[in-house]
Amino acid sequence: MATIYIDNKPYDADPSRNLLDVCLSLGFRLPYFCWHPALGSVGACRQCAVKQFKDEQDTQGKLVMACMTPAAEGTRISIDDPDAVEFRRNIIQGLMMNHPHDCPVCDEGGECHLQDMTVMTGHDYRRYRFDKRTFRNQYLGPFVNHEMNRCIQCYRCVRFYRDYAGGRDLDCFALRDIVYFGRREDGVLESEFSGNLVEVCPTGVFTDATLKQHYTRKWDLEFAPSICAHCSLGCNTSPGARYGTLRRIVNRYHSEINGYFLCDRGRYGYEFVNSPLRIRDVTWQGGVIDGAAGVERLSTLLAAGKVIGIGSPRASLEANFLLREAVGAANFFAGMADDELRLVRRILEIMQSGMASVPSLRDIELSDAVFVVGEDVSNTAPRMALSLRQSVRQQPIRSIEKLRIPVWNDNAVRDAVQSAKGPFYIASPYPTRLDGIATEVCRAAPDDIARLAFEVAEASDENSPAGRIAAALRNAQRPLVVSGTGLNNAAIVEAAARAAQALGAALSYVLPEVNSAGLAMMGGGTLAEAMEAVRGGAAETVIVLENDLYRRAPAEAVDALFRSARHVVALDHLTNGTTARADLVLPAATFAESAGTFVNNEGRAQRFFQVFIPHGEIQESRRWLRDAMLAAGRIEAEALDRLDGVIGALGRALPRFARVHEAAPPAAFRLVGKKVPREPHRYSGRTAMLANITVSEPKPPEDPDSALAFSMEGYSGQPPPPLIPFFWAPGWNSIQSLNRFQEEIAGPLRGGESGVRLLVPNGAGQQQAGVPPAFQPRNGERLLVPVYHVFGSEELSREAPAVASLAPGPYLALSPEDAKALGEDTAEVSIGGKTHRLPVLVISGLPEGVAGVPAGIPPFTGLSLPAWGKFSRMP
Amino acid sequence: MLSVLRTIWEVFLHAFRKRVTIQFPEEKPRLPPRYRGRIILSRDPDGGERCVACYLCAVACPVDCIALQATEDSTGRRYPEFFRINFSRCIFCGFCEEACPTYAIQLIPDFYMSEYKRQNLVYEKEDLLISGPGKYEGYNYWKVAGVKIGGKDKGEAEREAPPVDLQSLLP
Ligand code: SF4
Ligand code: SF4
Ligand code: SF4
Ligand code: SF4
Ligand code: FES
Repeated sequence: MATIYIDNKPYDADPSRNLLDVCLSLGFRLPYFCWHPALGSVGACRQCAVKQFKDEQDTQGKLVMACMTPAAEGTRISIDDPDAVEFRRNIIQGLMMNHPHDCPVCDEGGECHLQDMTVMTGHDYRRYRFDKRTFRNQYLGPFVNHEMNRCIQCYRCVRFYRDYAGGRDLDCFALRDIVYFGRREDGVLESEFSGNLVEVCPTGVFTDATLKQHYTRKWDLEFAPSICAHCSLGCNTSPGARYGTLRRIVNRYHSEINGYFLCDRGRYGYEFVNSPLRIRDVTWQGGVIDGAAGVERLSTLLAAGKVIGIGSPRASLEANFLLREAVGAANFFAGMADDELRLVRRILEIMQSGMASVPSLRDIELSDAVFVVGEDVSNTAPRMALSLRQSVRQQPIRSIEKLRIPVWNDNAVRDAVQSAKGPFYIASPYPTRLDGIATEVCRAAPDDIARLAFEVAEASDENSPAGRIAAALRNAQRPLVVSGTGLNNAAIVEAAARAAQALGAALSYVLPEVNSAGLAMMGGGTLAEAMEAVRGGAAETVIVLENDLYRRAPAEAVDALFRSARHVVALDHLTNGTTARADLVLPAATFAESAGTFVNNEGRAQRFFQVFIPHGEIQESRRWLRDAMLAAGRIEAEALDRLDGVIGALGRALPRFARVHEAAPPAAFRLVGKKVPREPHRYSGRTAMLANITVSEPKPPEDPDSALAFSMEGYSGQPPPPLIPFFWAPGWNSIQSLNRFQEEIAGPLRGGESGVRLLVPNGAGQQQAGVPPAFQPRNGERLLVPVYHVFGSEELSREAPAVASLAPGPYLALSPEDAKALGEDTAEVSIGGKTHRLPVLVISGLPEGVAGVPAGIPPFTGLSLPAWGKFSRMP
Repeated sequence: MLSVLRTIWEVFLHAFRKRVTIQFPEEKPRLPPRYRGRIILSRDPDGGERCVACYLCAVACPVDCIALQATEDSTGRRYPEFFRINFSRCIFCGFCEEACPTYAIQLIPDFYMSEYKRQNLVYEKEDLLISGPGKYEGYNYWKVAGVKIGGKDKGEAEREAPPVDLQSLLP
């Protein structure tokens, strides 16, 4: 700790940080634009000027940029010095010279950092008499809207997009006062992190294009702390709703997981909640009935006995648990494909064994040598790919330590490092978007990837590829092995664990879905067993919870299951194959309309809360089940009314969930006797929004499940992190207000990070699957591996229009050699007893004997991939 | 004692003053144009809807009696999809008018809005929108804003230079 003097008062400061960072951590209001906690300083905007003095005697001092000056011992600065104040005001005045008169129609308005800083510096009148410079905008795709006139040339966008996220198609063009930030020509932004521009850009140049379609100001949104439902990482989000529809999602900072950024699937996948496919009515054999009748029907079925329940990896722990309670543990089946379930269970075992430490995304970012074993991280767990991109900078940054450049001095560090990258190895059957940062890429069939990883675990010869990987990881300070369920290969999972253990590396697995870990921890039989129970007559009614079984097993098997079951009950959000076959369909609340817990790929339980009250008969799945249990005379269900009751019962029934309640404060939690408001204190229209229906305002809805209130009234200070619905502080209306919620910049939120890790290493590690035999190509057949798509492979975000517009249609990926041998644009392939004719997509680098099909995209849903596909005309 | 007598005398004199009370509703009062009565939404000089659905009036309203939803026409011109004022809550403070950056929302000297049913005091956009510019003639927000809308391209607003040519190599 160093002592620095700000306006003659001494403060403790961390000398490895810059003055701006320190001043903001200390709570000073120092305006800035170009500095970003995750991107560092470049000194481009000159907004953070302060006056620095040599010593106590120095009265003249000089203006310096706080973001470019280290907080060295004895530094004396003044923020309030009249010269500094004047300078900062002039900078804003310059920025505003060409700024359009757009605030009323600008989507940034009300959460605009430029507005905040303008008010903070006191600039209020444009004296410039000449014309304003104007630009033409570009079409940048369905996610991001472009309004270039509002740019203040802070360069944050390109620094994020290019330097941090590795994108290439956004850049700055032209020169002097006409620099332009955009693409070479109109077109969809290529990076799957483009949505972060909305938050990174301090002005309204880049705004959320999906929000624009139902535009609402930040102050009018109703928020709740939430967890992204579109992959297994569990990024923290802050969804906002208005008038009973979900309007947008922004990042909710978590220092160990998503930090400052989300991926576009997480940001834009929300639109499925408003989809026309939403189920809003209870139906019985196709006819609409009311909610009470639905409960009645379900309770009759429950009371009749012979009921099984099929859970879901995209439903909360609580919903799955209630289903398990309703049907009995022996009749509860995990709703995952059988091989996937086995794989996830094995991964949990490995994580619990202590063979290797389980890193958070933050740890992944700080890793300095990485081996990715058969997982297309950019498409299956996108935010992790962004962390991995930072990991290749760790070794080069360490190697320039002797230059004594502070790490926050971004341009200097990048200049010194040039294009040097740390060791990064990828083994994958097809090219991935991380290949560009890789030291070496190995293209191989799944079994060969497993063999490579086993070899890495044993390797001693530094000249073989395996040896090079082993050496790089062994020589690193924080080595990391990444793998996952993507290729659905038990040997890969095993081999990755072996390699991590042998090399002392951390080990991170990507899991298939948001609550795969939670569901696998809960137990339950396989789908095959469920089908057997129905076929054998042991069960007559099947309750399917938030799950489309046609994505879990082949259509014939699911059809057979539904045919032999006397009654099928489906609780779900969207119409799908399963709800179409169900006798009783109960509309289930989505993540945004319910509260519950998801367990992410690190085994971290995280709570999400209800954002808004939906229209129609929609209820949380656990409430439908609980109501039906009660109606069936099961009085134990009385204790399962509130979320806390369910979580308590869950912990008692399954001790491995005993700590789930620690993920967030209980519903009874109060701050000075008050709940935490979901709405900003300037939420408008509460006496008018429902006045068209009835002029007497209804009482605000109660929330029995959380310490959050559906109101603008309540505790006005900072709630504990799991209960922060949105970031706002006086004078800081934009997302930059986050600075006020952190213990120190880019550190944990005040009050400690949320979430609780459920897996405690127990040291019971033992290897299972052995080294598989080498892959043998077959004649006339190809091994079809699943090719993942960040937009399209995930079930729910597929129904979000913006995401869907970027999802590919079905195709058959062939290597250039195979495509040439075939000589046609379409190919016929037989797989799982069905023949499909599909357009051919040439992917160079596919290993011999391997082809690909898009994962999660019809008609390739419900198939166990990889699988052999037969071609009629293929050598 | 003296002061009491003087007061009585003054009260007596008032009996002969000119009356300020008028016989409403038979007789209509003359109120200054800036009197804060019923709220209307106005149109710009070209006849277009002035409100750009910026939500500023709604947020300024101390009793939260304004609710609206923004939408856009095919050319990018923003306007309210619905605009509702619950006059049974309105306190006619005029904050909305002060907050409005486009002169769209205005309070006018019409105060006689009595209803037997409170529900009838809920006004929608159709009830609020008048056909002229109201108190403020001449101002057209879209002519100063930088966004492009139908009939006004980039660089065509007041005090705007033509759009920058990015292909130009001139220094
Ligand atoms: S970027 Fe900010 S200051 Fe500029 S028009 Fe938009 S809201 Fe106003
Ligand atoms: S577009 Fe935004 S982030 Fe990029 S330079 Fe301009 S103001 Fe900064
Ligand atoms: S990485 Fe996964 S959890 Fe994070 S935002 Fe993207 S889809 Fe959501
Ligand atoms: S302040 Fe004016 S322009 Fe904005 S929403 Fe209200 S009436 Fe419309
Ligand atoms: S924030 Fe310091 S110069 Fe931009």
